[in-house]
Amino acid sequence: MAEKMELKKVEVWDGNLAAAHSLRQAQVDVVSAYPITPSTPIVETFAKFLADGYVDGEYMMVESEHAAMSGCIGASAAGGRVATATSAQGFALMVETLYQASGMRLPIVLHVVNRALASPLNVNGDHSDMYLGRDSGWIQLDTFSPQEVYDMGLMAFKIGEDHDVRLPVMVHQDGFISSHTAQNVSPLSDDEAYEFVGEFKPMNAMLDFEKPISYGVQTEEDWHFEHKARQHNDLMTKVFPKIDEVFQEFEKKTGRKYKIVEDFYMDDARVAIVALGTTVETAKLAARILRKEEKIKAGVVGIRVLRPFPFEQLGEVLKKVKAIGTLDRSSPNGTVGMLYNEISGVLMGHGVKSIVLNYVYGLGGRDITVEMIKNIFRELDQNRKARKRISPVQQFVNLRGPKLEYFDASLVNRGK
Amino acid sequence: MAQKKIKNLKSFSTSADRFEGANLLCPGCAHSIIVREVLNATNDDLVISAATGCLEVCTAVYPYTSWDASWIHIGFENAATAVAGAEAMYKALKRKGRLLQPKRTPKFVAFGGDGASYDIGFQWISGTFERGHDIMYITLDNEVYANTGGQSSGSTPLGASTTTSPAGRVSYGKKRHKKDMLAIMAAHGSPYVAQVAPNKWKDMIKKIQKGFEVEGPVYINAMSACTTEWRFPAQDTIAISDLAVDSLVFPLYEIVDGTKLNITYRPKKVIPVREYLAAQGRFKHLFKPENEHIIEEWQRRVDAQWEYLQRREEAGV
Repeated sequence: MAEKMELKKVEVWDGNLAAAHSLRQAQVDVVSAYPITPSTPIVETFAKFLADGYVDGEYMMVESEHAAMSGCIGASAAGGRVATATSAQGFALMVETLYQASGMRLPIVLHVVNRALASPLNVNGDHSDMYLGRDSGWIQLDTFSPQEVYDMGLMAFKIGEDHDVRLPVMVHQDGFISSHTAQNVSPLSDDEAYEFVGEFKPMNAMLDFEKPISYGVQTEEDWHFEHKARQHNDLMTKVFPKIDEVFQEFEKKTGRKYKIVEDFYMDDARVAIVALGTTVETAKLAARILRKEEKIKAGVVGIRVLRPFPFEQLGEVLKKVKAIGTLDRSSPNGTVGMLYNEISGVLMGHGVKSIVLNYVYGLGGRDITVEMIKNIFRELDQNRKARKRISPVQQFVNLRGPKLEYFDASLVNRGK
Repeated sequence: MAQKKIKNLKSFSTSADRFEGANLLCPGCAHSIIVREVLNATNDDLVISAATGCLEVCTAVYPYTSWDASWIHIGFENAATAVAGAEAMYKALKRKGRLLQPKRTPKFVAFGGDGASYDIGFQWISGTFERGHDIMYITLDNEVYANTGGQSSGSTPLGASTTTSPAGRVSYGKKRHKKDMLAIMAAHGSPYVAQVAPNKWKDMIKKIQKGFEVEGPVYINAMSACTTEWRFPAQDTIAISDLAVDSLVFPLYEIVDGTKLNITYRPKKVIPVREYLAAQGRFKHLFKPENEHIIEEWQRRVDAQWEYLQRREEAGV
C-alpha cells in the first residue's frame, strides 16, 4: 500500500512537479518512460515517489520514447491505469505508437511538456510537438499554468478512462515557461484526489483470461475506414459531454472553473486573440491594459481542448468579433498557421465574416512580451476600423532581420 | 507451473488448441507448427504479443482471430516491449491486489520474425532483456522478410538470393553471414536462451518448458523453414529442417545463465552443408562454378561454429 503524502493547502510547484503529483495521486499502475528535457523532472520525481514508497505501481525505465509508449500500450491493454511524459524529439519518436494507442482505444495519459522540434536542436518551448500530435486520435488538453497542469492531470484520467470515451489523453504545458517556473498550486489531498479520479475500471483487459481478446488486428479496405470513422465519431460526439461533466464535477470539488474554450473579456470584445499555452496569460494582461489605457475592446480566447476541436464553442465565442489574431507557436513551414486555418474554418462554418490575421511567434523559446501582444491588438483594431483587412495575413513576431510577412492586403481586392 | 505432459505425437495432436488451424499462413509454413507447440507446452494462461509480420497478418484479420488467448500486436519493432508492458501491469495489479483472476499464473510470450528481432526490433528486445521482465521472446527465424516478398534481413545467410540481395551476373547474393543472436542475447545475462527447430519437437518442447520455468527474460531462436522464400516444395518443410540440423547449419543448443552452453542434439551422421543448400532455390546460383568458393566458405564456417560450440560445452563456461 502506497504511503500518503501530507500536502499544504498551497504548494509551490512548477508544472513538472504538478504533473508528477497528479500521477502519484491517481496511483498510476504502470509508468513506462524515457526522460527528455524539459519533461525529465516528471519521470525523475515519479521515480523518487516510487523509491520512497509513495506509489506502488510498476515503473519501466525504458530505452527510448518509442519503447515508452509501446510499454504503455501493452500495460494499458492488459487493463490498468497508465501514464507517461515526454517532449519534442521524444514525442516525434513516439508518433507511430500514438496512433496505435488511440486506434486500440487505450486511455493512456501523456504529459507533453512542449518543446521545439529540431533541426536546429533547441530545448526550449514552442508548440511544434503539440501540433505534430493533432491528427493522432488523442484528446489534447492544454494548460496555461502549473495549477492547470495539476488539475488537467487529474481530470485527464477521468475523461479518457470513461467507458464511453476510451481514448488516450495528452496534457500539454509550455516547456520551461510552465514546466520550470514555480508558482502557487492548490492541490487536493491524496484521498480527495483519488476519490475524484476513481478506481480504474478495466474493459477488454488482456489480463481477463475468462474473455481472451485480440488487440491491434489487421483491417484493410474492407473495415479500416469504419474503424477510423468510429473513432472520429466518438471524438466528435462523446468527448465534449464527458469533459463538460468532469469540469463541472471538478468545479464543485475545488471551485476552479474550466471551459472547453476559455474566454476573457469576450462579452463586448471587438478584437480578439486566439492562442494556446502560457501566451493566453500574457495576452490577458495585454488586453486588460489596453482596455484601460487605450479603450481598445480587446478579448482573449484560450483553447483548452485542442482535440477534439471545439468548432461550435469557438464559433459561439468569436461570432461578434470583428478582427481576430491567431497566434501560432509552431513553424507553419510553407502555409498559414494551424490556428489561422482552424479559426477561418470555424468562422466560415458559422457564416461569420471577420478579419483573421496570423502571427507566428515564440519559436524555440523566443520571448513574447506584453508589449508585443499589445501591438498585435492595436493592429487588429486598425483593421477593424478600416472594416477590411489592411495587414498581411501572416506575420512573424520578434524575429531578427528583415520583417517577414505574406499575403498582403492587395489580395482582398482581388477577391472581389 | 502447469506444465503439460506430452509423451508422443498422438497426445500432442489431440491436445487442445489455443492457436487455431484457421489462419492464412502458407501451406507448409513452419510458423504455425512452432506457435502451436509453444502454446501447447503449458496449461497456464497466456498473454501473447506479435510483431508485424507473417504470423500477425495471417492470424488476426478483422473480424477474425486465430488466437484463443490474450493477444496484442502494436507494430513491427515493439513486440518485446508490448508484452513487457503487460507483464509490468500484471505485477502491479498483483501487488495492489487488483487482479481479476488472482489465482492464475499467466505466461508472457512475444513472437517476432527475424526482421522484427535481428533488425528493426533489436533495440526493444535489448531494453526488455536488460530490464529483466519475466517474459519469453521467440524469434520465428525464416532468415528473410517473408511477409513483404523476400527482402534480405540481418538473419539472411551468406549467398542467399533475396529481392534486395539478388544473385546476378556479378553477385552471389547476400554478402555477409547472419548475426549470432543467441550469443548476443546470452550476453544480456538472460537466464535461458536456446535454439530450436520444429522437426525436433521433443527438444523444442523441453526447451520451451524450461524457458517457462525460469524467472526472467528468455530468448528462443526458432528455425522456421519458409517454403515460399527458401523455395522448396511445401510438403518438404520437415525434410528441409532435418537437413538444416543434420548439416549443423542450424545447431540445437542452449545457454543457461548467460554462460553454460549445452548442445542438445548431435546428428548421428553429419551431412555436408552442400546438401542443405542444394535443396533450396535461394542458393541455386551458388552451384555455378564461379560461386563454388561460397559453398566452401559455408562449410568452413559451419565446421568452425560446431567446433566452437563443442569447446564451449566442454569448458562449461
